[in-house]
Amino acid sequence: MNFIVGAFKPACHISVAFSDGKNRKQIPIKKDNGQATTVPLFHSQDNITGTIIVEPVSGKKVEHNGIKVELLGQIEMYFNKGNFYDFTSLVRELDVPGEIYERKTFQFEFSTVEMPYETYNGVNVRLRYVLKVTISRGYGGSITHFQDFVVWNYTPPPSINNSIKMEVGIEDCLHIEFEYNKSKYHLKDVIIGKIYFLLVRIKIKNMDLEIRRRESTGSGSNTHVETETLAKFELMDGAPVRGESIPIRLFLSPYELTPTCRNINNKFSVKYYLNLVLVDEEDRRYFKQQEITIYRIGETS
Amino acid sequence: MISDGVVEDEEKWLSAGIAGLQQNAFYMHRALDSNNLKDALKYSAQMLSELRTSRLSPHKYYELYMRAFDELRKLEIFFKEEATRGCSIVELYELVQHAGNILPRLYLLCTAGSVYIKSKEAPAKDVLKDLVEMCRGIQHPLRGLFLRSYLSQVSRDKLPDIGSEYEGDADTVIDAVEFVLQNFTEMNKLWVRMQHQGPAREKDKRGKERGELRDLVGKNLHVLSQIEGVDLEMYKEIVLPRVLEQTVNCKDELAQYYLMDCIIQVFPDEYHLQTLETLLNACPQLQASVDVKTVLSRLMERLSNYAASGPEVLHEFFQVEAFAKLNSAISKVIEAQENMPIAGVVTLYASLLTFTLQVHPDRLDYVDQILGACVMKLSGREKLDDSKATKQIVALLSAPLEKYKDIDTALKLSNYPRIMECLNDGSHKEMANVIVQNIMKNKTCISTAEKVDALFELIKGLIRDLDGDSHDELDEDFIEEQNSVARLIQMLHSDDPDEMLKVIQTVRKHILTGGRKRLPYTVPPLIFSSLQLVRRLERQDESVSGDEAPTTPKKIFQLVTQTIEALASIPVPELALGLYLQCAEAANDCDLEPVAYEFFTQAYILYEEEITDSKTQVTSIHLIIGTLQRMHIFGVENRDALTHKATGYSAKLLKKPDQCRAVYACSHLFWLDDHDSIRDGERVLLCLKRALRIANAVQQMTNATRGSSGSALLFIEILNKYLYFYEKGVSQITVESIHDLSKLIKNEMHGGSSPSDPAADAFLASTLRYIQFQKDKGGAVGDKYMLITN
Repeated sequence: MNFIVGAFKPACHISVAFSDGKNRKQIPIKKDNGQATTVPLFHSQDNITGTIIVEPVSGKKVEHNGIKVELLGQIEMYFNKGNFYDFTSLVRELDVPGEIYERKTFQFEFSTVEMPYETYNGVNVRLRYVLKVTISRGYGGSITHFQDFVVWNYTPPPSINNSIKMEVGIEDCLHIEFEYNKSKYHLKDVIIGKIYFLLVRIKIKNMDLEIRRRESTGSGSNTHVETETLAKFELMDGAPVRGESIPIRLFLSPYELTPTCRNINNKFSVKYYLNLVLVDEEDRRYFKQQEITIYRIGETS
Repeated sequence: MISDGVVEDEEKWLSAGIAGLQQNAFYMHRALDSNNLKDALKYSAQMLSELRTSRLSPHKYYELYMRAFDELRKLEIFFKEEATRGCSIVELYELVQHAGNILPRLYLLCTAGSVYIKSKEAPAKDVLKDLVEMCRGIQHPLRGLFLRSYLSQVSRDKLPDIGSEYEGDADTVIDAVEFVLQNFTEMNKLWVRMQHQGPAREKDKRGKERGELRDLVGKNLHVLSQIEGVDLEMYKEIVLPRVLEQTVNCKDELAQYYLMDCIIQVFPDEYHLQTLETLLNACPQLQASVDVKTVLSRLMERLSNYAASGPEVLHEFFQVEAFAKLNSAISKVIEAQENMPIAGVVTLYASLLTFTLQVHPDRLDYVDQILGACVMKLSGREKLDDSKATKQIVALLSAPLEKYKDIDTALKLSNYPRIMECLNDGSHKEMANVIVQNIMKNKTCISTAEKVDALFELIKGLIRDLDGDSHDELDEDFIEEQNSVARLIQMLHSDDPDEMLKVIQTVRKHILTGGRKRLPYTVPPLIFSSLQLVRRLERQDESVSGDEAPTTPKKIFQLVTQTIEALASIPVPELALGLYLQCAEAANDCDLEPVAYEFFTQAYILYEEEITDSKTQVTSIHLIIGTLQRMHIFGVENRDALTHKATGYSAKLLKKPDQCRAVYACSHLFWLDDHDSIRDGERVLLCLKRALRIANAVQQMTNATRGSSGSALLFIEILNKYLYFYEKGVSQITVESIHDLSKLIKNEMHGGSSPSDPAADAFLASTLRYIQFQKDKGGAVGDKYMLITN
């Protein structure tokens, strides 16, 4: 939208600078036009402060009915494009109606902003945080400027984190016992585990561990579920025999995971699953899916 | 044709694999050159993905693997450099594990692990343990074997062995051992599993392919043997039990055989000796189809060699009671493997015997015990026809002979002949031959009748036909064998004449059973042996003689006569005749006229009745004349009778020249230098004249039949006889008669009608030279010759 506005040569140029922007971690994101850029990272309860500079195109005056900045937390469903649902909306008035002839700087501050959800870019849904600067004009439409930023929320390590252990099988055909050391993993965690073969009567070709993301949007009959395989990690090559125990060690860091989120504002959920897949020589697949929870921990901890 | 296609396809797949590998290696090199770790990992993983193929046979896969191996060396060097450039090795170790495919991931992990250990940022044992555990992810036998082989290769110089730079705190060598043992166990499992995967019809092919891979597994045992810290204690407590456990439990024929052999070959002898019981206990637990006998044989062979390395190690053997353990192990194995062919059983015993002879040369009872056990196994069966088994028995029986170089020892072994009983005729004979050859080689002297009896019983295969299968052809082997027996008879000797007689009687008893084929070979040596005894008695003079003495020449002669008579049944009269004459001569030396006469009589009878071939007659008559000439004990009457007969025979020969020669030879019968009683010049002359007459007759006959006179050779020969007797002073031979004869010869030779005969010319010339020589010599003889004019 910025692009379109720019094409019409707006009457003035707006820029937003965060006051601690230089010290903030920059996170790469993809803009709507597909370009990659980096934006600063915030956490819930942060103070979001900075300056907004409005600079009219040389020699022109900008007449307006007031200037404001909004902090918006939006959920956007792709099947309902352009239709935002704002779950957070804070407004600061920057200027009373009047005229701007030259570059003008405004300070703004949102203190201890509650931003409960993390920025998320999914298949059918995205959750974003944005600063929206609006110069209201009576004619020619208002001039708006958006500044994205990213929000991450760290979770303390869960106090209860049981391993996942399970025996599954097809009678007289295949019995395995698998174990993942935890049920909750942080984003840079390692999945350690093993698969123990109790009975093998089929000729297995290989075994993979997949990480699957299940994104469900909407509710009731309108629920859309999208499942993506984010990782496909080969655990075993060849046919094991009874009594073999195959180790698992999967580093999560190379994959683009996000924390598990459940029922965000009744709009969407993102869940992660570990899918153990055995493929036999006839390319038949035998699999068992287990949900795991992904969470984000602080960088230092 | 199908297989051709497979081979062709395989070539294609291999070259495709190599091409893919090289391409990615190229990109990897580029990444390495530009220090781009991320790309290096990406392309090396892609490169290693070529090893994921299932289409190649082990042989081809190896080719591909080796190329990848070379490339990984470069990557490893790069990793090392990265580490020095400040890249955290721990991070690198994690980074390589991001690869999605397991096989490339694990190759990279092993490579990074190698650098990790080198960096010493973590204890070697932890890294090794992690690596060997992670490798479990490859369950495909071929790929797993190669991966683990790679692991073994890169870790070899990084084991926390004693004295190694990677040695950590105390007892880390155990970690090194654990690591190798685990890798070994897993590799062996994969290797064994290979046999059971895939279609049944390719079972043989798989067996072959597995054979090609066995060294990958065995290499681990080799590594174990190279670990300094594996001392006897550790070998005994950990290494051997674990290796054996795996070997026994894998229940795979190929693996069990190979691994047992491997254990025996790679670990030191003294370890084997000290753990003999453990090692041996494993043997009966192996699959029945495993060739345990070869395994045990190799073990015993090694131990034998070890024992031979020096006397100082022998006490170790005694200490651990090696013999008893081996012996019981062998019986257990034989018991456990019911279907073991008899050849295998014998091989085992043969190896044990070799071992025993080496370690306990003084324990003849052990040797006999082994043979006894063997007999137990062999008895109650048909005679062995299995060539392998008989070969082994021959080896078994030869071993003590070779060791003791003395048949005496073998004769002491009560079970020795019992084993020989088990052999079939052919191999019995072969074995007998070995024994005889051994005696000959070692010049063993067998001196008592008892032993001789035992020996001949042992080699009866040579002495007589064992069952009715006498075939008549006299092949070379047979002749060779009988000659050996003849030589053997010559080797029997006792200084005590009485005992010697017994020996002779014993031999006689045995050889007389030999049948017509053998007697011509065996009788002569026996006779000569007997005659030797006679002469020995004679030399010892009569101080001890007297009729009471058990051994007298007379007695022996009786024996000899009977022996020669045995030849009568076989048409070998000329041999018998020769032997009679020999006996006669011996009797002559003993002054036993009647005996000598009897022998001559026998010889004459043979001549008259049996010898019909004219050629044989000629040689025989000369033999008779020669022998008779030397006899001096005959009284006038006897001598007359014999000489008369001899001249008679001579004149009756078929061919005139033969007649002539025999007759002039008879002249010697009447003139003995040493015996005044036998100097009858008249009869000498008579003989010579008669010879001349015959020679004349020969010439006339030739004239009549061919138109030309024959050679003067006979005349010249007679001239020589004239000269001989003239020289001896036979008065009846006058100078004139010599002159007449030489004139006659000259006429004959220059008569014109006769063709020239170079032999005759030369003979005459040398005769004349002789006359001249005697003249020149002077003295009494010279004077005599002076009377002869040319």
